[in-house]
Amino acid sequence: MDFNTVIQVLDSTIRLSTPLLLACLAGLFSERSGIVDIGLEGKMLIAAFFSAAVAYMTGSVWLGLLAGIAASMALSGLHGLASIVFHGNQLISGVALNFLASGLTVLIAQDWFSQGGRTPSLIGKGRFEEITLPFADALRDVPFLGPIYADLISGHSILVYVAFAMVPLTWWVLYRTRFGLRLRAVGEAPEAVDTAGVSVAGLRFAAIAIAGVLCGLAGAYLATGLQAGFVREMTAGRGYIALAALIFAKWRPWYAMGACLLFGLLQAVALRFQNIDLGAFTVPVQFMDALPYILTVIILAGFVGKAIPPRAGGEPYIKER
Amino acid sequence: MPAWADAVLVPLISILLAALISAGVILAIGENPITAFMAMVDGALMKSTGWGYTLYYATNFIFTGLAVAVAFHARLFNIGGEGQAMVGGLGVALVCLYIPFPHWSLSLIFTIAAAGLFGAAWALIPAYLQAKRGSHIVITTIMFNFIAAALLNYVLVNMLKPAGAMEPATAAFPATTHLPTFFDMFASDGNPLFRGSPANVSFFIAVAACVLVWLLIWRTKLGYEIRAFGQSETAAEYAGISPVKITVVAMLISGALAGLMALNTTQGEAERLVLNASEGAGFIGIAVALMGRSHPVGVFLAALLFGFLYQGGAELAFWANIPRELVDVIQALVILFTGALDNMVRMPLEKAFLYFRKEAR
Repeated sequence: MDFNTVIQVLDSTIRLSTPLLLACLAGLFSERSGIVDIGLEGKMLIAAFFSAAVAYMTGSVWLGLLAGIAASMALSGLHGLASIVFHGNQLISGVALNFLASGLTVLIAQDWFSQGGRTPSLIGKGRFEEITLPFADALRDVPFLGPIYADLISGHSILVYVAFAMVPLTWWVLYRTRFGLRLRAVGEAPEAVDTAGVSVAGLRFAAIAIAGVLCGLAGAYLATGLQAGFVREMTAGRGYIALAALIFAKWRPWYAMGACLLFGLLQAVALRFQNIDLGAFTVPVQFMDALPYILTVIILAGFVGKAIPPRAGGEPYIKER
Repeated sequence: MPAWADAVLVPLISILLAALISAGVILAIGENPITAFMAMVDGALMKSTGWGYTLYYATNFIFTGLAVAVAFHARLFNIGGEGQAMVGGLGVALVCLYIPFPHWSLSLIFTIAAAGLFGAAWALIPAYLQAKRGSHIVITTIMFNFIAAALLNYVLVNMLKPAGAMEPATAAFPATTHLPTFFDMFASDGNPLFRGSPANVSFFIAVAACVLVWLLIWRTKLGYEIRAFGQSETAAEYAGISPVKITVVAMLISGALAGLMALNTTQGEAERLVLNASEGAGFIGIAVALMGRSHPVGVFLAALLFGFLYQGGAELAFWANIPRELVDVIQALVILFTGALDNMVRMPLEKAFLYFRKEAR
């Protein structure tokens, strides 16, 4: 495996990690506030569809992005209605949202475009273009560091840089702001937050609204950055991988980035090499596909450090009278 | 609020709400909900072939619905029916392919055992991790769905696929393992009932499973322990019921029931193991169990309804410009209203009952 191949695999790792990272951070905000979110997949999917559809119809990817975020936030709102206002079961609500997104996207796509549940291919301004960072072409010939800068760090769409910038931002919001402190508190001890006179429902709605925006970005990246248009079920389980990454990272932002890069690398390697021949035995591509899930189960089992979720996660908060 | 209102009125109103919104969705894509509904009824219930498909789908949903329901009684959310059904299918395929049977009835006994054992085995690790290590069963069973899909893909592509075949599927099962369909059983020369439809003898096994689950949950010590554990873990533990045992046993039963679904799809219909043999039925089991309120009678009725929706949805796709994904939307709305937004119906209903009680005095 030569240096160029390594660069290509790492480049595709960054692309594939981006939707995972955005969805993972969405889950992080939501779960840190005590709202378990299985519906990441559905929110990404519906955002992918609406961003591609609106980008195609208006010719502007930015309007598409807004539409995607709005659709994702609408599902977030439904999740909030069920789990915050009506104290419903958050897991079941998440499952329902995933089905809703999976059905609605194809239904509307068929109604609008009649192309078998997909949007027409996006061209030109309908997609996020790749950004070439300054001096990328000039520095390409510098040995070793040149290709890393020009091919690995430069040449992604804006959402990739947004996603990675979200990591320090999330860390800062969670650990360095009053809002973040309250958010973490409401996921651990909502009764204490309530006693302090801060609205539990308000904080949780804020958290899932942020999650909606982040899932919207993730979905829009899938349909307008990574690929050129929406196809049915295009999230392909990424929401669940993001959920796995969140557990893998034990609900912490920087570790979330690590986990998403790791799972992105697994996807990139599986995509490029299919079966990996190690001489003595062959690692089948299916094993690479399953590895994120297997790793997560091992982490969950507590054999490699313990993954302790926020204490109030999944429990509706009912004020005592 | 009286118990009957909570058991009947709340789900009924929830389903009505789901139906109303579904009608709105059909209107929004420019079709007439009433003609769409009539087309579904026509395609699913007006011909014996339609019934054959409806009952075929219902068989799947009875198994997966019961699987979710048994776990619900122990307050465990088994979202892994999909994976357990896939692995159950693997068990069925191995038995059918490698044991020579003289007659289908003999093969059925073995495939029931294999489907149940394989399905249960796939639920064992999540169950053990929940019971012993406290790993959340929802997450682990989701992960095991994906692992099952990868495993099945590997086994089909690298081991069971006949040489030279392109499609990742096993060879066709020998004829002596083919289950009799409703057409074989009920059609006569003058009256070709159920022609071309896949409903088969495993429907009766599903019905038997309903009865057995009812006996288990309400008429045995184990069932009592499962319900007690589901009501209150601490109280159950105080009464000497082992949480580890109940968690593992309830999940094993649940996994076995989900695995049994493979009798219908793999042995009954496809007569070979294909990729994605579970057809999403594992997830529909959640809707079925929620709607049926985890009672076998409710599960049976809800499975029939979803069988009708599935078959009717397929007819819709032929008949009009409505993709069959409409069924996914309806299913999502049913899950949402009966499972997550149930308090939205219950709260005003409780107030109404309280109000009328005061009036009566």
